[in-house]
Amino acid sequence: MQFEWIQIPYALLTLFIIINFGLLMNAFVAKIGARVGRRVGIPIYQNYIDLIKNYGLRSSITHGVMFYLAPVFRLTGGVGLIMFVPTIYGSVMFSNFSFAGDLILALYFIFFGTLGMALGAGESGHPHAAIGVSRGLSQVTMAELPLALAVFSIALQYNTLSVTEIVAAQQGGVLNWTLFTNPLAVAAAMLSFLGSVMRPPFDVVLAPQEIPIGPPTEYHSSYLALMQTNRVIYPVAKMVIFMNLFFGGADNWPVFFLKIFLIYMFAVFIGVVFPRFRVEQSIRWFLIWAVPIGILAVLVV
Amino acid sequence: MKEELEKRIIKGPDGLEFEVEPLRDYYCEAPPTVMPAAYSKIVEDLFNWARSESIWILGFGTGCGAIEMRPLMTPRFDAYRFGVQWRPTPRQSNLFIISGYLSVKTLKRVIRSYEQMQNPKYVIGLGSCTINGGMYWDSYNTIKRLDQYLPVDLYIAGCMPRPEALLAGFADLKKLIRSGKAEGANEYAEKFEWYKANQKRVINDWDMPDYNW
Repeated sequence: MQFEWIQIPYALLTLFIIINFGLLMNAFVAKIGARVGRRVGIPIYQNYIDLIKNYGLRSSITHGVMFYLAPVFRLTGGVGLIMFVPTIYGSVMFSNFSFAGDLILALYFIFFGTLGMALGAGESGHPHAAIGVSRGLSQVTMAELPLALAVFSIALQYNTLSVTEIVAAQQGGVLNWTLFTNPLAVAAAMLSFLGSVMRPPFDVVLAPQEIPIGPPTEYHSSYLALMQTNRVIYPVAKMVIFMNLFFGGADNWPVFFLKIFLIYMFAVFIGVVFPRFRVEQSIRWFLIWAVPIGILAVLVV
Repeated sequence: MKEELEKRIIKGPDGLEFEVEPLRDYYCEAPPTVMPAAYSKIVEDLFNWARSESIWILGFGTGCGAIEMRPLMTPRFDAYRFGVQWRPTPRQSNLFIISGYLSVKTLKRVIRSYEQMQNPKYVIGLGSCTINGGMYWDSYNTIKRLDQYLPVDLYIAGCMPRPEALLAGFADLKKLIRSGKAEGANEYAEKFEWYKANQKRVINDWDMPDYNW
């Protein structure tokens, strides 16, 4: 795809839509959780206020260079991910900077933020952050494995590394989705998805009830606000990839919102049903259940 | 001064000897400074509105009043609908609720936690004990007036005040923040010497720097 300058404002528009959607969706899910517990829950616009407040705090202290850079790395991971995958299939405006090998780049970006966070949280010097980082890295690394296997399987199946072409191959009816043409790969990837959205049962890394919130323990004011911004972009960006690879993509925004929301609700439902795993349990779980399915998916294809 | 806080020479696992000065290495000694409000009034008003609608409380219960905060998280009183949330770390909190009597031993931890919070930060004194000592008025190891040690924005009187009183207190605090009157952090920086002298008067084993963020 040729680069044109108009792509930059288009990509920023995508980013703007994604941020707003992410903020509202997170609040909405929190509200559903509250209603399940018979509470009223936070107002739907609460996340916006929290963001403004954190950007508006007057003081902030630093623990060193990496402490500064970590939220930037994290945000780069989220924004980079959304910039290089097509959000709306067949739309020139919302294809962003997708190109022939974007699937590989997306895999890199998924891990990028976690690594930056590990360096920054390590420099903050707080023992809880160090424990959280070691837990988080081991769990996310293990959760990446089935996803990588699933992506290999799909790349073999469609014979391409371009997300756009994979979406194009799935058009023309629900039964053309990867979900039905390659269910094993989808199963492996959805199990891996559980491990990386930081919801129960895999949220031991930053659950407030464990070591208080783990890696971001020392982060505050605008650092925290940057990370909150990423926390709304990154899961949506990741789900965009899942939607494109497995669920036929979306050719307009309402379908996009619906599919993303349903993919997220998959993780939410699992989370409200199952209790939290310890890290060694979750690693074992991924090794026993998700990785063999991924290997099988590669073999079958 | 405790032994482990003194300056000493340590031999590392690789045989190198190096000097460790815990108070210097682990803490910041710079005193707090007065942080000016945003340059433009309209921006500061926006920030104040956001601060008032997004109050993050430090999950730190000091006395028996901490039990009154738990019903606020559960369905009956549900403070989340007013933008009030609990944070597990002082770095991310804006409001410190001193819930009930405060023993001298806890005061030390309270000071360390309070100083780690970011400007602007607010303090609520919950219960009579923080106002005049309450039923601990003649106790040898609790403080009697909280505002001699930390700048308090708001008191909620009672022994114990019910959760409704706390909710009313949050509403009052919101009004204070929105009108720009809740400047406890800057007050602490301005009268830093006075607060430190008061704190040191009651805390006998002062083994930390004067300011530790």
